Amino acid sequence: MIPAAFDYVRAESAEEAISLVGQHGDEAKFIAGGHSLLPMMKLRLAQPAVLIDIGRLTDLSYIRDGGDHIAVGALTRHMDVETSALLQEHVPLLAHAAGQVGDPQVRHRGTIGGSIAHADPASDLPATTLALGATYVAQGPNGTREIAATDFYKTFFESALAPDEILTEIRVPKRSGAGWSFQKFNRRAQDWAIVGVAAWRSNGDAGVALVNMGATPVLATSVSAALSSGSSIEEAAELATAEASPQADLNASIEYREHLAKVLTRRALQAATS
Amino acid sequence: MEVTITINGTTQSHDVEPRTLLVHYIREHAGLTGTNIGCDTSSCGACSIHLNGEAVKSCTVLAVQADGQEVRTIEGMAAADGTLHPMQQAFMENHGLQCGYCTPGMVMAASSLLLENPHPTEQDVRLGLEGNLCRCTGYHNIVKSVLAAASA
Repeated sequence: MIPAAFDYVRAESAEEAISLVGQHGDEAKFIAGGHSLLPMMKLRLAQPAVLIDIGRLTDLSYIRDGGDHIAVGALTRHMDVETSALLQEHVPLLAHAAGQVGDPQVRHRGTIGGSIAHADPASDLPATTLALGATYVAQGPNGTREIAATDFYKTFFESALAPDEILTEIRVPKRSGAGWSFQKFNRRAQDWAIVGVAAWRSNGDAGVALVNMGATPVLATSVSAALSSGSSIEEAAELATAEASPQADLNASIEYREHLAKVLTRRALQAATS
Repeated sequence: MEVTITINGTTQSHDVEPRTLLVHYIREHAGLTGTNIGCDTSSCGACSIHLNGEAVKSCTVLAVQADGQEVRTIEGMAAADGTLHPMQQAFMENHGLQCGYCTPGMVMAASSLLLENPHPTEQDVRLGLEGNLCRCTGYHNIVKSVLAAASA
């Protein structure tokens, strides 16, 4: 219930945040909404010596039309992603998925950047942005760089972000007019997905990604390739597990997760096609 | 470190460790024990308060994160003359509580819900209170109370 002791500093800018994390190195963690990090700290699964609070960098909270994409600032809260008219119009899958994260209280604090940087394969937004072909923008002491979502997730809680980098923006291609669906299978309200599927399709194109089916969010490329080459939804959904390596836990065996992935992929594609 | 928070209209400062949770600041430093702690996992919502007008789980916020901000707790919902907030009145009239442990959190979460969605459907209320657990009532009269408050 009570975290281990730590020192606390508040960053007034992204540059200051980068400089602070450079000073403290491995010992420091950023905290934004804190709704992934604090629960871990309260169970002492995480014990950073220094917390760098980036939660007041309101300059990084925005949702903007970038022409062929929507640019979402990393500090944008889930509630704002969920209710954004711009996203509801151009990337409704992302707006909807953000509304599935946790519960309203969580969505008032948690941020999209925090969820992505946390790199938990059981989170909703990493898989959703992966399915949508997003690009993430990181800023470090040597400038900014863009990282494709497909290159971002390394393993549980580990991303391509360098220790002295901060995520600043998530760029999501517009998929206006695409059919979409987010299937989040759980047994209790506010639970993580036991398995989840984020899917969109438009003409011959599709993007499908899986939640909680491996050490990272899983891009189900076999499913989208099958659809492109004319397979039926049922045939394509059978390939849902081709790139996945699900784990067993208290909620599900490996076999149950594989079964869920196929069923939910089929349902998602049917919903995205109707 | 010195943390200053305006709670129910009164600005106060306390010297606390950075790891002090907002719920502990509220209960132990500000002495307002209406806000309850019901779990260890950010699930139950009994600790829900309003931070800058929005319901948040105070067990999952550090007091330092709320430095300089506004908090309203259950003690701040009734008017100064004791008149109950419409949400409290609705819970009273509609048997929205049994043991009462989840109730402060429910009232705070539900009142925040109505600020964002003044005319919720029953489904909106059930989804809107996903962050609050009740072991006694089966939620039925809680939902009824919130819908009653919405049409009050």
